[in-house]
Amino acid sequence: MGSYIVKRLLSAVPVLLGITLIVFLIMALIPGDPATAILGSYATPENVERLNRQLGLDEPMWKQYFIWLGNLLQGDMGRSFALNRPVLDEVLDRFGATLVLAGTSFVLCALLGVLAGVVSAARQYGLADKAITFAVIIGISVPPFFLGMMMILLFAVRLGWLPASGMYAIYGGGDLPDLLRHLIMPALALSVVATGVIGRLSRSAMLEVLRQDFIRTARAKGVHERSVIWRHALRAAMVSIIPVLGIQAGFVISGAVYIEIVFQWPGVGRMLVDAILRRDILLVQGGVVVVAACYVMFNILVDVAQSLLDPRIKT
Amino acid sequence: MPSIILSRRAFGAAAGAALALSGFAAPGVAQTPPGVLIVGQIAEPQSLDPHAVTAVNDFRILMNVYDGLVRYAPGTLQVEPALATDWEISDDGTVYTFDLREGVEFHDGTPFDAEAVVFNFERMLDEEHPYHDTGPFPLSFFFSAVDEVEAVDDGTVRFTLNEPYAPFLSNLAYPTGLIVSPEAVREHGDEFGRNPVGTGAFTFAEWQSNQRVVVERNPDYWDGAPELQAVVFRPITDANTRVAEMLSGGIDLMVEVPPTSLSQFEGPGYNVIEQAGPHVWFLILNLREGPFTDQRVRQAANYAVNKEALVNDVLEGTANVAAGPTPPAFAWAHNEDLEPYPYDPERARALLAEAGVENPEVTFYVTEGGSGMLDPVAMGTAIQADLEAVGFDVTIETYEWNTFLGRVNPGLEGEADMAEMAWMTNDPDTLPFLTLRSAAMPDEGGFNSGYYSNSEVDELLEQARRSTDQDERARLYREMQEIVHEDAPWVFVANWVQNAVTSDRVENFRLEPSFFLLLHDVVKN
Repeated sequence: MGSYIVKRLLSAVPVLLGITLIVFLIMALIPGDPATAILGSYATPENVERLNRQLGLDEPMWKQYFIWLGNLLQGDMGRSFALNRPVLDEVLDRFGATLVLAGTSFVLCALLGVLAGVVSAARQYGLADKAITFAVIIGISVPPFFLGMMMILLFAVRLGWLPASGMYAIYGGGDLPDLLRHLIMPALALSVVATGVIGRLSRSAMLEVLRQDFIRTARAKGVHERSVIWRHALRAAMVSIIPVLGIQAGFVISGAVYIEIVFQWPGVGRMLVDAILRRDILLVQGGVVVVAACYVMFNILVDVAQSLLDPRIKT
Repeated sequence: MPSIILSRRAFGAAAGAALALSGFAAPGVAQTPPGVLIVGQIAEPQSLDPHAVTAVNDFRILMNVYDGLVRYAPGTLQVEPALATDWEISDDGTVYTFDLREGVEFHDGTPFDAEAVVFNFERMLDEEHPYHDTGPFPLSFFFSAVDEVEAVDDGTVRFTLNEPYAPFLSNLAYPTGLIVSPEAVREHGDEFGRNPVGTGAFTFAEWQSNQRVVVERNPDYWDGAPELQAVVFRPITDANTRVAEMLSGGIDLMVEVPPTSLSQFEGPGYNVIEQAGPHVWFLILNLREGPFTDQRVRQAANYAVNKEALVNDVLEGTANVAAGPTPPAFAWAHNEDLEPYPYDPERARALLAEAGVENPEVTFYVTEGGSGMLDPVAMGTAIQADLEAVGFDVTIETYEWNTFLGRVNPGLEGEADMAEMAWMTNDPDTLPFLTLRSAAMPDEGGFNSGYYSNSEVDELLEQARRSTDQDERARLYREMQEIVHEDAPWVFVANWVQNAVTSDRVENFRLEPSFFLLLHDVVKN
């Protein structure tokens, strides 16, 4: 198992390098440059050239990439042009916030989704199944950003129960209850679609398992139904549910971009959008490296978890 | 039915948790304390180093933390004393000598004196200066006419220009002319932009990335301590979220309210404030090739566009109809006799017939959005419909803002016949000088992307730039506006009316034509 994890980690390195190269190429190919973005209306050729020189952007693109790569290996991601501060500081500031939001959402959608799937499957075509299936279809169909806006209108503007946006109160606050208050709406809005998807797939995975012989055997032996469902069936179904969780984790992280915008959550998604618009190539690179590394790590975790659950999967 | 029981229990627990969480919310989420003003900004500031930034959004904070040698008098774009109490301009307009205010200190306790002023300008302009690398300074060309800055004595500083340059004073009133603490620059270097120190009404307290910038009352402010204890600037990039925060009481003041949301703030509880600014929204016409080489076709386009409908319906009254290249906010330089081209489709058709082009084909560059562009896609579509109604055949091409600038700034030749554009400037000189002179063609480093050329206009603008007498300058600009109006190198469309909403707990707030946000006199109950 140890050597498997090491092997997977090593194989992630070329993936990450490839991603940085692709992002760099895309940023080089799209029109516009940081100097034009910073200068706006004042972007005369003369001003652009002067600013590019000051920003160190007058070197050829391939050279810029290798300089960036060399610095990265020494732990230096460079300075953001637009924000005028080290990329690493900004990315770490932002990434923490995204982890809190996406992490909470992921836990919510995993728990609620699997729970909904199991209940649905156990009571197939029963009232609970129909109610859950209905709710799940609604959840999958509503765009999260729209749901977010509606939640703000209802809970912040109309009822005044929850703050409309941000991560902490502007004055006072800063403690855990304050964070939770700010987190409820964005985390729920972000988790709804993934909950629906996980719920649906858990249901079919459970139904699949419940039809198998070992379940019939367990029931025939007189094992308590609760134990049949939660211990025997769910454990077997998890083998096909876990990869879905892995994929949904990716969707939750990318979906955080919209939710971060709607709720003004100070996360990495909003940062990337701004950085792309400002052609802030180093900040884009830094953000992408961290997000991609996180995604790759998560996939490794999923594979490891799966092989632990199902000995038939080779490590 | 064990599983159902369990699931009921699980759902019950979830519901209980939700109720418990909503219980946190009860203690007055929406009340902001008196004396502390919460401002909803449109974005995170890029830096709080006034020499390093270009965005109005950042200027709104900076103008409250720093002072310049001069500033705009309240409600105008006329220069008045600030850190300089008085100044003299040599007869040839190249030497400016400022007397500095005595006894002023930066927030870090170091004295404001002539040496500090010299440090500020040399840091920006001299590439050999030890702190030049704390830049870059994208707008330093505002002072490119400055040859030398010297401290004559502690309280006197002298600027020598390489040629007469009338907008110099007004550029000093712009954020690029704000004075920073040299000691703080030496201490923080690259990080000065996150540790700003000035002489302004508020001192910097805290910057939490993407959450807030806090400034506090400067009790020793030379112009009298401000009323507010503190101001919190919150970046809220999404306009709908900003409106929701305003409605739920999370912020006290919001700028750039979307036109469609203004109606939500009519009625009690809110004040809506409006102020026209030094902004022009126009269409650049290509005078080098295509149908707009003919003046009659250009005038036809001006008659064909229904500007009243654009500002009232598309922009919901957040702009006024523009008459010429100089916005009315420059009260002293604006030609009030100039009437906007009226909406007259008949006249437009007649002019097209006279020019012998009934259905001219026009490629029209539209942007998705950008600084000062208002609602460019909706406006572009409405303009297209107006032009087609009189016979033009208009094809729209839409580009993202940076791509758009990359296509328009190098000139429209071979690209398009017409393009949207907007400028916001601090001096009546800037826009025509950079966009309407024969010597400002794109290949010469200017922004005359439509290739307008009129030697009379060139001459008037040169003279106005060299004159240090404001009345003389005003006369020259007025004459220039008449000629440009008649030549119609642009379709003159709109001047933006900036808006803001405050809660009724906020008093003494006004918007400035400069678009700066000045909070010195504001009270919050």
